[in-house]
Parts: sequence; structure tokens; C-alpha cells
Amino acid sequence: MTFKKTAGILTGAALGCAATAASAQSVEVLHWWTAGGEAAALNVLKEDLASKDIDWQDMPVAGGAGEAASTALKARVTAGNPPTAAQLLGMQVREWAEAGALGDLTSVAEEESWGDVVPAAVQEFATHDGAWVAAPVNIHRPNWLWINAKIFEEQGLEPPTTWEEFNAAATQLQEAGITPLAHGGQPWQDTTVFDDVVLGIGGPDFYRSAIIEGDPEALSSETMVQVFDQMRTLRGFVDENFSGRDWNLATAMLLNGEAAMQLMGDWAKGEIVRADMVPGEDILCVPAPGTDGAYLFNTDFFALFDVSEDNRETQQELARSVMSPEFQKEFNLVKGSIPARTDIPGDDFDACAQTAMEDIAEAQENDALLGSLAHGHAQTSAVQRAIFDVVTEHFNSDMSSEDAVEELQIAVESAQM
Amino acid sequence: MDRSRSARDTMRDLLPRLVLSPTVALIAIFVYGFIAFTTYLSFTDSRMLPSYDLVGAGNYTRLFGLRTWDIALTNLAIFGTLYIAICCALGLGLAILLDQKIRAEGVIRTIYLYPMALSFIVTGVAWKWILDPGIGIEAVVQGWGWESFAFDWIKDRDMAIYTIVIAAVWQTSGFVMAMFLAGLRGIDGEMLKAAQIDGASTFALYRRIVIPQLRPASLSSFVVLAHMAIKSYDLVVALTNGGPGTATEVPATFMYSYTFTRNQMGIGAASAVVMLMTVAAIVVPYLYSELREKS
Repeated sequence: MTFKKTAGILTGAALGCAATAASAQSVEVLHWWTAGGEAAALNVLKEDLASKDIDWQDMPVAGGAGEAASTALKARVTAGNPPTAAQLLGMQVREWAEAGALGDLTSVAEEESWGDVVPAAVQEFATHDGAWVAAPVNIHRPNWLWINAKIFEEQGLEPPTTWEEFNAAATQLQEAGITPLAHGGQPWQDTTVFDDVVLGIGGPDFYRSAIIEGDPEALSSETMVQVFDQMRTLRGFVDENFSGRDWNLATAMLLNGEAAMQLMGDWAKGEIVRADMVPGEDILCVPAPGTDGAYLFNTDFFALFDVSEDNRETQQELARSVMSPEFQKEFNLVKGSIPARTDIPGDDFDACAQTAMEDIAEAQENDALLGSLAHGHAQTSAVQRAIFDVVTEHFNSDMSSEDAVEELQIAVESAQM
Repeated sequence: MDRSRSARDTMRDLLPRLVLSPTVALIAIFVYGFIAFTTYLSFTDSRMLPSYDLVGAGNYTRLFGLRTWDIALTNLAIFGTLYIAICCALGLGLAILLDQKIRAEGVIRTIYLYPMALSFIVTGVAWKWILDPGIGIEAVVQGWGWESFAFDWIKDRDMAIYTIVIAAVWQTSGFVMAMFLAGLRGIDGEMLKAAQIDGASTFALYRRIVIPQLRPASLSSFVVLAHMAIKSYDLVVALTNGGPGTATEVPATFMYSYTFTRNQMGIGAASAVVMLMTVAAIVVPYLYSELREKS
């Protein structure tokens, strides 16, 4: 009796397996979007694929803004068992493409004319040797300055547009007993601020030569000394307890009025909305001082791995769904970023995202749409982390600006080897 | 008769080897095989993925030229010395006090041993909150009215490494105590009585008779603590994550970040080999002396 039952269950299970295997193709997708909103946004993609009879196998690896996922991906690729697709940041797309691990999406891209709707600077990361290797999902802007509108009104302050104005406003706030800048002392946050200062003081051309091209002359220039001087000034505007604080806790300080400003990317909007405040009204969003007209970006891509013949069609369907206007809109409404397609109307988006859409068009015309160093769109991870080291070391110690510039040059040079 | 006897003999010789061989094979591949693989990688130009092009000792030269590696080694020296010394002293002290035939010894022993049951991640997170000036000890004491009280080591780049010592000592000294306690219980009571009859003071009793006899226990604790210090990773990640700045970077966090985050696998592998050599330098003499005593 028992034997029969067991046998029955086993047969049933075996049949069930066979049935799933036959009925649908499946994609296994490695990503790090596990937070509530992001996970919900991914459902849009899952449902879209389900309607095409493609089964979504989730492989979420949370933690460290994708660091854990990247480690998992390397392990799987090295073991010869890569997932069908993976979420990657810009420079990672380039590094994987150079390793020859990515599939070719050019036929889909041409069919759907991605080239006409995706900004050129983003395309640079999505293509390798003229072939499309990844589908961009969103465009984040890390160079926002978030301002607590109530505090600024009480103090009679205007949003600063240059670093001098920023310093003046911050000094006034400090005298009034308010922490001017909410900040978390983690290397990537320090470098997010550093990006803003480089772009704000040096301008887009200086940012391009120093940060993106790693030109030794720009790195050791007088402008870079000024950048570190400003970083030292900023160090005086954060509270004592900043070290190691997570970015969302820093945002919370801004929201509850403990601090007046924060330099952070547009993912901060999620925290603002959750606190029942309105981005653009209660919390103002302006480009970081001196960076008006320029636009730093970081983009999440889906890249295809494991490119065997049997998978090709499924994978191309996945790419098509990712680039569909519906998914791009739904996902970015939740994520806080703007769509990677520029042909999506901004009507349903909040005020900050609408500003971002206007700014990105302007920046594209001025050739000032630039990849963010802190968020993996400017340098290989070796050089990026070497710069992290210097920036965070300088910010956390009493290192002089001249020493920091020298260290920076050495660090970049030795990491490039 | 003879033949069956010899078959049984062969079986008796063969069986232990048969039973052990899977373990030996697994260890050969997953421990020694990967040690060899890592060592090989440390001489290659591996970056994001393993590569097999040899580049000589370049990775080692670059490793020792890196400031972060210098910081990591200095931190390991500070942390290792203090951690081992304080753990041994506290462990021995607790063991001697517990050995005074006190009441409820079992309960107290368990309490001291309990931190060892936690993972270093849990210890790290708990101590991160306890030491945080905004919510931890400093905030509590200031709340009691001692306004000028300051205890912000974890945010201070010069002192942060000591907070790791505090958390690690809290976690392991109970375990060292247990090892010493076992050693104490193994000492012959007659010897102590004889010494007392001869008029030895308690201090002299411990200094001249008890502690010298704890040599095997202290050697074992030293070896256990030393390798825990060298491989310490999770505690640092949970407590300070290498910060403020790079002030609490240790070799293990360095190895992870170079191998997996920075795509400089060659340098990461080189640092792993240096760590292995350090552990070997401690463990090999110990094993050697142990084995020599037995033979």
C-alpha cells in the first residue's frame, strides 16, 4: 500500500516535471532587486514573459549593491554554468563583453531601433565592438542635491547653485544648530560626493579627462587640489557620527529635519515617498552645486549569458520585454530613476523625474552626459576602488589636499597595471 | 585454511584504507588542490576571471607596495597581539576563579561559554550598536547625566581597531577559559596538597606548580586564537566594514575585496598565499613539537 502510494507520487512528480519542461522555455535571471518596490516592478517583467509562455526562474542575490551578485555570477561563469541573463552595471557590461561571455542582441536592437531612443552615452556601455550586448533598464542620476524645503524657508535660504553658495548656506545652517549635510561615511557615498565636487568645480570636460579617461595631468592638476579642499570643507559640514552610516539613514536625517541637505542619487526618492513626503515640494531636488546642465548617470543593464542556440529565442524575447515602453515606464515609476528610452512621456512621473528628463536632453546636447565613477560607469573596478580608497582615506583623516592628489595619481596608475 | 586466513588479513589491512579514502580524496582536492590552484593563480595575470598566463612574482611585489596591504598587516599585528594576550589572560583568570570549588559553577561556566555559540556576524552587529556613540554606551551614559562622557572609538580611525579587539575578546575568552579549566582539572590534587604542607603560598602555588602544568592548554589556545586572528573576516565586516576610511582593513577583507570586488584576482591570490604562510609559520612548529613528543 505504502509502496504503491510512494510510487504513485513519484510518477506524478516525474510527469509534472516533464510537463513543465515541455510546455515552456525558461530564463534564469540573476539580479539584486530584492527590496519591496523593485521586486514588485520586476513582476511586470515576469508577467510579460509569462504571457509569451516563458517561465521566469528568479535568482536574486541581495547585498552590497550588487557586490554579492557579481561574486555569484563570476562563480557560475567560471564553473561553466552561467545564468541565462544577469543584471550588470555599465563597466561590468564592458568587462564581461571583453571576456567574451555576452550574447549578441544586435538583430533585436536593429529591429526595434533601440539606437534611436537610447542616449548615446548609455549606448556606449550597451554595445561592444559595434554589437549590442546588453539591454538598459533605467537611468539613475547620482548628482542630486536633496534639500529639506522647510528648513531652507525658515532660514531664508535659496538652493545653492555653486559650491561657494553651498558653503555659505551650510555655514549659516551650522550657526543655527542644524547639521548642514546628511552623509554616511562609506566609501561609495564619499565618492558619490566626490563625483559631484569634481564635476561642479572642474566642469564636464575636466570630469571626462580626470575621471573617465584617468589622464595623469588632470589628476594632478590644481583643480584636483581645489576638489580635495572642497571635500575637506564638506567634512566640516557633516555630523560627528557619520562614519559607516547607511545612505537611507542619512536620508532619514534629512526627512525628519535633523539635517538640511543630502548629496545622493535619485533612489533617495523611495525613502521620501515612504515618509509621506512629496519629492520636489517637501524635499527639493536640484542638481548638485555647479553641475547644472551636466548629468551623471548610472544604468542597470540586463546582459545575456549562456548563448547556445536553444536559448537564443527566449533570450531575445527577454531583451525585447526589457526594452518595451510598458516595462520601462512601470519599472522606473517604482525605482525612482527615469526610463532608458527617451521616447517615454514624463506625465505620470514625479516632479524630480520630469526635471531629470529635461536635464538629460539638455546634457546630451552639451555632450555633458557622463558616467558616474561611484556607481561603476567610469573606470574598471580596480581603478574605481583605488580611487575610493584615496577619497575615503582623505575624507576620514587630516590628509592634506596636495598629498591626496599625489596618492590619487599613484593609486590610479598602480591599479591600471 | 591458509588461503582464507591470508584473505582475511588482506581485508583487515585494506578496510581502513577503503573507508578513509573518500575523505582523503576530498581533502586532497578541496583543501590541497585549491591551495595549489590559489598559489598558481598568485603567479598569473588573473583579473576578473582566472587566467593561466604566468607573470612571475609581480603580484607579490605589487602587493607589498600597496598602502592598504600595509594597513591590513599593521592592523593584524595590533589585533592579533592584543586579542591573543587578553584572551589568554582573561581565560586563565576566569578558569582559576571558577576552579575554586564555587557554588553554581555549571551555570556560570555556561554563561561565560555562551558568546562562543554566536556567529561572529551576530557579535559584530550587536557590538556595532553597543559602541555606536549615537545609540550605544556613550548615549546611555550621557543620558544618565554625565554629559561630557565620550566613548566614540568605533568612529575614530586611530581607535577603531581596538573595538574589534573588544568584540573578539568578548566572544572567545570564555572558550579559552574552558580549555584552561580542563587543564586545571587534569592537575594532580596530591601535588598541590604536598606543596601546601610545605608552606607554599597560593600565589607561589599557581606560579610554580599550576601554570607551568598548563603548557599544553596554553599552546592549544595560542594556536586556535592565532589562526582565528589571521582569518578574522566576518567580525570586521559586521562591526566596521573596514572603516572609518580604511582604518580597520585586515588581510582577510583585503583578500576578498581584491579577488572578488576589484577584479585583481592575482593580487588577491598572492595575499591569500601570504596569509596561508603566516598560519603555517605558527601551526607547523606546533605540530612538529606535538608529533615529536609522541614518538
